[in-house]
Amino acid sequence: MIPVRKFDAIVVGAGGSGMRASLQLAEAGLSVAVLSKVFPTRSHTVAAQGGIGAALGNMSEDSWLWHMYDTIKGSDWLGDQDAIEYMCRTAPQVVYELEHFGMPFDRNADGTIYQRPFGGHSANFGEKAVQRSCAAADRTGHALLHTLYQRNVRARTNFFVEWMALDLVRNADGDVLGVVALEMETSEVVILQAKATLFATGGAGRIFAASTNAFINTGDGLGMAARAGIPLEDMEFWQFHPTGVAGAGVLITEGVRGEGGILLNCDGERFMERYAPNLKDLASRDVVSRSMDQEIKEGRGCGPHKDYVLLKLDHLGPEVIMKRLPSIHEIALKFANVDCTREPIPVVPTIHYQMGGVPTNIHGQVVAPKDGDHNAVVEGLYAVGECACVSVHGANRLGTNSLTDLIVFGRAAGNFIVAQNLQAVSHKPLPPDAADRARARLARLDTATSGESVPEVAHDLRRAMQAHCGVFRNQELLAEGVRKVSELEQRVLRTAIKDKSKTFNTARVEALELDNLIETAKATIVSAEARRESRGAQARSDYPNRDDVDWLKHSLWYREGNRLAYKPVNMKPLSVDAFPPKTRTY
Amino acid sequence: MKFRIYRYDPEKDKKPYIQDYDVALDPHDRMLLDALIRVKAVDDTLSFRRSCREGVCGSDAMNINGKNGLACITNLNDVKEPVELRPLPGLPVIRDLIVDMSQFFKQYHSIKPYLVNDSPPPEKERLQSPEDREELDGLYECILCACCSTACPSFWWNPDKFVGPAGLLAAYRFIADTRDEALGARLDDLEDPYRLFRCHTIMNCVDVCPKGLNPTKAISKIKEIMVKRAV
Repeated sequence: MIPVRKFDAIVVGAGGSGMRASLQLAEAGLSVAVLSKVFPTRSHTVAAQGGIGAALGNMSEDSWLWHMYDTIKGSDWLGDQDAIEYMCRTAPQVVYELEHFGMPFDRNADGTIYQRPFGGHSANFGEKAVQRSCAAADRTGHALLHTLYQRNVRARTNFFVEWMALDLVRNADGDVLGVVALEMETSEVVILQAKATLFATGGAGRIFAASTNAFINTGDGLGMAARAGIPLEDMEFWQFHPTGVAGAGVLITEGVRGEGGILLNCDGERFMERYAPNLKDLASRDVVSRSMDQEIKEGRGCGPHKDYVLLKLDHLGPEVIMKRLPSIHEIALKFANVDCTREPIPVVPTIHYQMGGVPTNIHGQVVAPKDGDHNAVVEGLYAVGECACVSVHGANRLGTNSLTDLIVFGRAAGNFIVAQNLQAVSHKPLPPDAADRARARLARLDTATSGESVPEVAHDLRRAMQAHCGVFRNQELLAEGVRKVSELEQRVLRTAIKDKSKTFNTARVEALELDNLIETAKATIVSAEARRESRGAQARSDYPNRDDVDWLKHSLWYREGNRLAYKPVNMKPLSVDAFPPKTRTY
Repeated sequence: MKFRIYRYDPEKDKKPYIQDYDVALDPHDRMLLDALIRVKAVDDTLSFRRSCREGVCGSDAMNINGKNGLACITNLNDVKEPVELRPLPGLPVIRDLIVDMSQFFKQYHSIKPYLVNDSPPPEKERLQSPEDREELDGLYECILCACCSTACPSFWWNPDKFVGPAGLLAAYRFIADTRDEALGARLDDLEDPYRLFRCHTIMNCVDVCPKGLNPTKAISKIKEIMVKRAV
């Protein structure tokens, strides 16, 4: 028999959103287990650089309503306006809380938190750029993640470090009762039974070849949800960050442009002035990435192959660079052989963030269509952070809003779960087949003696996604991509690993991750092929315009039947008037 | 490129051994981690930790040609062939390059690595001057990779009693924070022949820190404050 351990709540993932939620749960005295594939401070939140968005107004007048407008416009009107209002209104409070927890924000002369400009953030509904990004140098994610870990140490949160969740446990009613999980050091498989299961598993940028994401970002929550019959929302929308180091993919924060850095083509022209006359280099990320791609396509790229553009920041002076952007200086030296106090950094648009994910409401409850209700709650399951689609980012996320999303909704889900008074509720009985799917996946890997190599299939998947689901897409490219990904799906089923050890078998972990990557890739390319319009990060050269008549709606991809459904965008904010769709220019 | 890598799987190996590898690299392979991934593609039984591949998560600390460092920010041009890779010294090996870091984290946890301030917080942020905030530079950036503590002879000898450079750097990070109210208790906790005073300023920690931090300096600052408190 497979061992069972019982908790009030389990949190899968110990990044920013998972640890913000677990803090609420642990401090409320719930029995909570937080699972993480890596030691918590190694989660990918640690790599966030530029800041967390909140209208504190420390630098000049600001308002959460302006933040809300910018976020809706950034989302190309695909974001849900109730969730966006909630996030922007709550953002200042959660930033103050982080400061009270000890987060080492940079400071202004008056002692308040320093804020820098960031792409798409404006004052007075698009009038001019505003300083809204609360920063700890260019290490905001590191400062935030370590602070949350430290606060969880104080709260005596129970961490299961180097444990990987394999599959969800659902009963006949569809209620979620926990997860089946693998302890990596020993290969022990356990059912972790819970009254509330919260996914905070992060993104899946590793489905692309050129990505700013860490190796661990393999979409584990998406794979688990998809296999359990839960749809994935808006998966066609993937953000290309304008400034990844050319060739290496490592992130160069938008904060560089926030501090005054500019993009140049091979003629030394500041080309963003042509594409976004008002906000220029600080336009929304999808706009800047497309402009860069256009420059490169039209032969104005730099370098021997004319395949990148230049990010110039030496004019900021060594003092500003070393004070505000010290890690960028280090990254440029290490990954581009460039001393950015003197020379520009070669950059290309690089996959960075997944706007879609497991559909949820503003309490973090996972929702799926049922009996005519588009947003029926899946009992017992919650999702927050990058793996969730609440949806505040819609078709394109604004810089700094990812950290805001993590903290606002991690906290909200934690509070909502605490309010359920779970200690007074008993565990629902486990179905007899609770661990069957996970055990079958493990058994196949244990017994297969020959087959496809996991790194090779993963490599081919990343190449296919990069080639067929890039910055600019079209029908022919996408249809071919759908076919390739479906071939790759067959190869995933035939993988084999040589390593059969039970001790810290990382080959097995990578094979299990590939099961999640393939679900994410399928959801992405099938949703992208079907959406015949251009909106935010989905840019189709064959359908260059946004089409609000037919496509102002969320995609829902189901694994079973590889099919799509759609649901309306929530255009009703909680307390203010709606922002109706209009033309989007920067 | 040639590698000599420490191998040990407790399930089948009576004792550790060194395995030689010679793998073809791609021209785009830049860092040692890229090469290790090539090795693993050939031999999937080789186990090591890795995640961010840009030097901020602290997963892939190991002993590289005799010196601790992060594989992901060690340039292949800077290492002599054959590259000898061993697990971090002084911690129990779980398998291959993966060590059991419990003792390291136990020491980190022992210094109460969180801000202590029980005064009711203001409605907005607590104010801190830029100068006071600057005191935290060079302290808060630690990534807990353990390169420093596992290069420290004092930590090798007394991992259960000596906090070690990483833990002491964290201790000073909170001592130096104007928002923290537990200075006295923090100093009391460290005033001990082992916890703090096992540091003999050998400075291996400074030499290996992949983030360029200086735990020895932080340790001497703690000692200074303690002396001031005594007089």
